[in-house]
Amino acid sequence: MSGLIFNLFIFVLASFVGFELITKVPPTLHTPLMSGANAISGITIIGAVVVAGQVDSAIAQWIGLAAIIFATINVVGGFMVTDRMLEMFKKKNKPQKEDTNE
Amino acid sequence: MSEFLPPSVQAYLPDIIQLFYLLATGVFIVGIRRLGSPATARSGNQLAALGMFIGVIVTLFDQHIISFQFIIIGIVVGSAIGVFAAKKVEMTAMPEMVAIFNGFGGGASALVAWGEFARQTPEMFGTQDLITIGLSILIGSITFTGSFVAFGKLKGFISGNPVTFPGQNIFNLLLTLGALVLIGWFTVEPTSQLAFWLIFGLALLLGILTVMPIGGADMPVVISLLNSYSGIAASMAGFVINNNLLIISGALVGAAGLILTNVMCNAMNRSLSSVLFGAFGGGDSSTDSGGPAADTDKTVRETTPNDVALQCAYADKVIITPGYGLAVAQAQHVLKEVADKLEKRGVEVKYGIHPVAGRMPGHMNVLLAEADVPYDQLYDMEQINPEFKSTDVVLIIGANDVVNPAAKTQSDSPIYGMPILNVDEAKRTIIFKRSLSPGFAGIDNALFYEETNQMFFGDAKDTLQKLSQALSEV
Repeated sequence: MSGLIFNLFIFVLASFVGFELITKVPPTLHTPLMSGANAISGITIIGAVVVAGQVDSAIAQWIGLAAIIFATINVVGGFMVTDRMLEMFKKKNKPQKEDTNE
Repeated sequence: MSEFLPPSVQAYLPDIIQLFYLLATGVFIVGIRRLGSPATARSGNQLAALGMFIGVIVTLFDQHIISFQFIIIGIVVGSAIGVFAAKKVEMTAMPEMVAIFNGFGGGASALVAWGEFARQTPEMFGTQDLITIGLSILIGSITFTGSFVAFGKLKGFISGNPVTFPGQNIFNLLLTLGALVLIGWFTVEPTSQLAFWLIFGLALLLGILTVMPIGGADMPVVISLLNSYSGIAASMAGFVINNNLLIISGALVGAAGLILTNVMCNAMNRSLSSVLFGAFGGGDSSTDSGGPAADTDKTVRETTPNDVALQCAYADKVIITPGYGLAVAQAQHVLKEVADKLEKRGVEVKYGIHPVAGRMPGHMNVLLAEADVPYDQLYDMEQINPEFKSTDVVLIIGANDVVNPAAKTQSDSPIYGMPILNVDEAKRTIIFKRSLSPGFAGIDNALFYEETNQMFFGDAKDTLQKLSQALSEV
């Protein structure tokens, strides 16, 4: 089996896993889910690290640098902003200590 | 960094790295699963971040990675920008933030493919590599420019109205076909600089041209879809560098984005193709709606802060239905203040949230969470709709199309068939709105003229502040 076809198998099977994972998410969480998923799509940072870390070509290194910057913005910003959002989600029956008039 | 490891470990390093990738994949899957429930969502996100961390750290041990200066500079610069943006963004601007992060992710994937191509001489690539490089650049670039146009539309830099020209859909279709043909050419003749740059240019242009014609009201759909693209782009980059972790994580995100896109489309009773090619949501669509916005024979009833305060204070049950106007006015905290005052008086307060209220899926939930509204007080459309009949007062804050009864009654209305919040079944509705102007869909709202409806004109924050004051005096 050639590499492309093998990778295609993985891609399709992983997509099915993705469908199964997401189908039952309550609307309350749609924004954080999207933003968290978005951060995960920054996984391309690994590709960027591979390209920027090789020494075969200086041009490729510079392209890799740009890719790392882009991907890191996506990853770091994405996870942080998702965490900021989810931190705010609270359930009512938990005792709230803070003053409400803040 | 592999030279720091003992030689016995180095021999097995590629396998060890793969095993850690497998671990990271598992962590991602568990993380996404936990993101699906409010109680576990935060830990899910943190797990996903951990998975990413594992992935990046083990990659640094890859024997092909020799130079670290670019990696360090890139990560430091990117983190600084990411942290700054994530800390500074207002919750109301979350759709823009997600759009722009998304754009960077897609752009990074395109750059990875380009970098991989530039690393070696073109003759060294097989057909399969070239196809994936071409596709990765195509999808990544479309995501990049498309996300930036979406960002501009959400920010208001670019008109929220659909920007169209005759034959646009056919033109875009031809461009897409052209891009695919170019990838074919590139595969056959990888030494051709022209084919490579044409793919890049065409893809960047396609991203702009496909998002430009989409109206502001459809932005939740577009953001979901672009999110899906950025996942697929990452997956394609994984094909290029033969990395399973990228392929799997990208596919997971791609699937998640597609599902959310579908959810949004269902919530608006539209098909994906009508969102993408229909250029819906502009001013010109009002001509074929139920009639001009300012029909003279219809009357609206204007109300005062004191009147609203009295009605709410002596109600048994009040439902609040927020929309984008709440976000624009940053009025979520004042709204919470009003709700608190009502609850103190023993009024039952619930929030009814339409799936497409706001500019991205779940936007309102995040805003209300920011204002400390507990999430179990927020109800989905299906949950809240049976309750309107037994509700005394519905406060409609900056929402419009999602409460328009024309969706149920006027078969000629462009939003006919869209599921809405059945606020018209309540004993009283009060619309907090700046004017009678139609919403993003460009359709007059039949609810304005209902006998049970009152209008409270003004900016959502001002009117809610007045209401809060009046409530203290009741």
